[in-house]
Amino acid sequence: MRIVLALVAVGVLAGIAWAGGQSPAMQAFLAIVAPYVAIAVFVVGIGARVIGWARSAVPFRIPTTCGQERSLSFIRFSPLDNPSSSLGAVGRMALEVLTFRSLFRNTRAELKPGGRLVYSSDKWLWAGALLFHYSFLAVFLRHYRFFVEPVPKVIAVLQGLDGFFQVGVPVFFLTSFGLIAGLGYLLARRLVDARMRYLSLPADYFPLFLLLGIALTGIGMRHLWKVDIVRVKELAIGLVNFHPAVPQGVGPLFYVHLFLVSALLAYFPFSKLVHMAGVFLSPTRNLANNNRAVRHLNPWNPPIVGHTYAEWEEEFHDKMKAAGLPLDRE
Amino acid sequence: MGHKTEEQLLQIDYAPPKRDWTDPSVDFEARKGTWSYPGKAKNLQYMGFPNPRDWSPTDADWQLPEGWEKIIHDGFKERLEKYRSLKVFMDICVRCGACADKCHFYIGSGDPKNMPVLRAELLRSIYRQDFTTTGKLLGALGGSRKLTPEVLKEWFYYFFQCTECRRCSVFCPYGIDTAEITMLARELLNLVGLNINWVMEPVANCHRTGNHLGIEPHTFKDNIDFLMDELADITGVRCEPSINRKGAEILFVIPSADYFADPGIYTFMGYMLLFKYLDLDITLSAYASEGGNFGLFTSHDTIKKLNYKVYHEAKRLGVKWLIGGECGHMWRVLHQYMNTMNGPVDFLEVPKSPITGTVFDNARSAKIIHICEFTADLIKNGKLKLDPSRNDHRRVTFHDSCNPARAMGLFEEPRYVLKAACNHFFEMPENTIREQTFCCAGGAGLGNDENMEMRLRGGLPRGSAVRYVRDKHGVNTLSCVCAIDRATLSGLCEYWAPEVGVSGVHELLGNALVMPGENERPTDLRGTPIAAREGADHA
Ligand code: HEM
Ligand code: SF4
Ligand code: SF4
Repeated sequence: MRIVLALVAVGVLAGIAWAGGQSPAMQAFLAIVAPYVAIAVFVVGIGARVIGWARSAVPFRIPTTCGQERSLSFIRFSPLDNPSSSLGAVGRMALEVLTFRSLFRNTRAELKPGGRLVYSSDKWLWAGALLFHYSFLAVFLRHYRFFVEPVPKVIAVLQGLDGFFQVGVPVFFLTSFGLIAGLGYLLARRLVDARMRYLSLPADYFPLFLLLGIALTGIGMRHLWKVDIVRVKELAIGLVNFHPAVPQGVGPLFYVHLFLVSALLAYFPFSKLVHMAGVFLSPTRNLANNNRAVRHLNPWNPPIVGHTYAEWEEEFHDKMKAAGLPLDRE
Repeated sequence: MGHKTEEQLLQIDYAPPKRDWTDPSVDFEARKGTWSYPGKAKNLQYMGFPNPRDWSPTDADWQLPEGWEKIIHDGFKERLEKYRSLKVFMDICVRCGACADKCHFYIGSGDPKNMPVLRAELLRSIYRQDFTTTGKLLGALGGSRKLTPEVLKEWFYYFFQCTECRRCSVFCPYGIDTAEITMLARELLNLVGLNINWVMEPVANCHRTGNHLGIEPHTFKDNIDFLMDELADITGVRCEPSINRKGAEILFVIPSADYFADPGIYTFMGYMLLFKYLDLDITLSAYASEGGNFGLFTSHDTIKKLNYKVYHEAKRLGVKWLIGGECGHMWRVLHQYMNTMNGPVDFLEVPKSPITGTVFDNARSAKIIHICEFTADLIKNGKLKLDPSRNDHRRVTFHDSCNPARAMGLFEEPRYVLKAACNHFFEMPENTIREQTFCCAGGAGLGNDENMEMRLRGGLPRGSAVRYVRDKHGVNTLSCVCAIDRATLSGLCEYWAPEVGVSGVHELLGNALVMPGENERPTDLRGTPIAAREGADHA
């Protein structure tokens, strides 16, 4: 049910674009209005989310320590899994963001007969997530070639690497394949694993279908139903320079692709996709584990006083006296 | 409650139920043995907590206070502003499921709501409904739920079925810490008078007497005198620890179980032998007679309130710095909260071992060090004469307690002490120790008898690892640096890994420490004959 719902939602979006791509009035909306609105929503939305998080206090220093603390000089500590300084915390965050360090630890627990539990390393999610994210990044960067003229050297080099195997005409990009494979894996595990199916929401399937839709229409335009790249590039450059014109003769598939991208951008700030920004603000990962060395300040530290010694002694005075314990007040 | 047999407990069905997780209903009657009794009215009254009353989870009406919806809503809102952790964790989970089979309660019960991700969703679904526009618009389609009494009951059940162990947080790509979510969910539950007595009674006791067990100062002294008599009988050495002594160099803070109950008392004897050996200028306090802090399982304000006594007493006695004993959640508080909450402590000095001269720079601001840090440094500097063969009847493994492991990173110090004090040391499997250690399943206030089935279930991963080293290496001693562990793991081992006993690290150190003027010591601190046990092992 949740799966169908998400699929239908993406289908409806694609349908709107497919139909609209064939009517001139809608073309202007799809090619010009929607992208602008989407980008605005994305930028303002993400900005608002980050500001929202930043405005909440960080009262305590609560890193999850995943390695030896820094204590005695003769004990080797783990500067990246248990950083003792801000620099270490930056390193830890870099490892998280660039290599998905924590996901790399993943294991699978299995209960064997007789109550024996075994844990095997399970790197599939790590590999699949890494494949998807880096492919996505590469695809994103490659699109840069549509927006500028001449195409910068770095992008050209990236493209060259990406098309290294020179398969197909035009060359099939490795990362296109990686993107599909990564998304396919992420989707498949949600569908196949009963536990994943149980905990997944429509909001977990929707971005996957949306991205698959984007990727498939993109690949379709490159390899199967070729679009006029010159016209697309005119639109892209027009959008960047704020004098866009509706492109002529690019076909409905392009409108589907573009509208799904717009939908992704607009959806981003309101969804779990904000993990992209949120991960940097996670207090269990971005703080050094040094609260005994450097006092962390709580901006709303409440003025709480406990049961004082005087109150305590007052209550037990006679018993303490009889037991010969020292007293402040004889 | 009738205990289930091992076979029954091991019939774990990991297939998710037909019923959707968004359905909150919990059948408390059918699930007896997996929840804890509610906080008694007198304890709530004593602490000034809202809605004191006597009630049972099996009641249809939980007697929530007037306007409870608003109380929860406002409390939630306030905490979203006060804790970035909560807000970020509510927003960024991608439900990737990496945390799912990392929780001992899920592994041992198969109940999908014990997957950390769903435990958090129980709260997150309300968050979406109450605090996000999309959640409000999309309703159930967007994974939102309305707050109902049923939801509160479900929260009570599952947030008191999390030991705040942080194992899930290690594996989460964003570090989402369900322990933090549980802590804040429990704060919300407390606002409407939903809590458990195994937390509330120690909290109330601790506030009044200084320790969880409600031990008054004269009894504190009696207990210690008694233990020192025993120790003198065993070793021939008389230790005379001082209590509330002004002008001592060091204040020593420990969990109360160490001077009250077996097997913690042997760890206490170990500490006392060490201090006597070093002639350390150190004092105990009958007022700061508990380092443990069940405020951690109640609310941040309660942590601060109960922990107030530690620095307050240090100041009153005029000590220079502090040592903390072997206790897990106590060290979560001492390491990650105390300095922020109860500091700054400008009146203390940076800890410096009077024996070795080592300056504990890592504690330069909070001025408190872990006893294992202290002892490892002594051993490294050759200051202790140890005869590890006196632990030869012990084949030892080490259980990393959740808090020192995942909220501190104290891994090598206790191992360093153990390896110097024992000849036979074996590690449990890699995925069950250090940062991946499994909980004893009795922490965070859940170590009570009425919750026994859930404790045994949650204890399966730890129990299974202990049994593994028992069978493979003949391990008969599970050592640890935690008072709750010492209490709960004993029962757990009895069930999942019989014939393995539980010891503190300083108990084993105490066995090995060669005291000047000691007698022959044919037994260890427990009175177990060393030679006889050895013979039994070889047989
Ligand atoms: C910075 C560190 C990041 C980490 C650790 C991370 C991790 C993850 C993980 C583990 C998933 C798996 C989801 C699943 O099981 O379905 C995921 C999904 C996703 N991530 Fe990231 N991510 C990061 C950054 C980003 C960035 C920069 C983007 C920018 C576009 C992004 C976009 C996505 C998208 C679109 C998905 C969607 C697929 C889905 O919803 O399952 N992520 N991420
Ligand atoms: S591992 Fe983290 S992101 Fe993944 S489901 Fe668990 S809490 Fe959510
Ligand atoms: S903190 Fe521990 S008990 Fe709680 S959900 Fe995470 S793994 Fe389970």
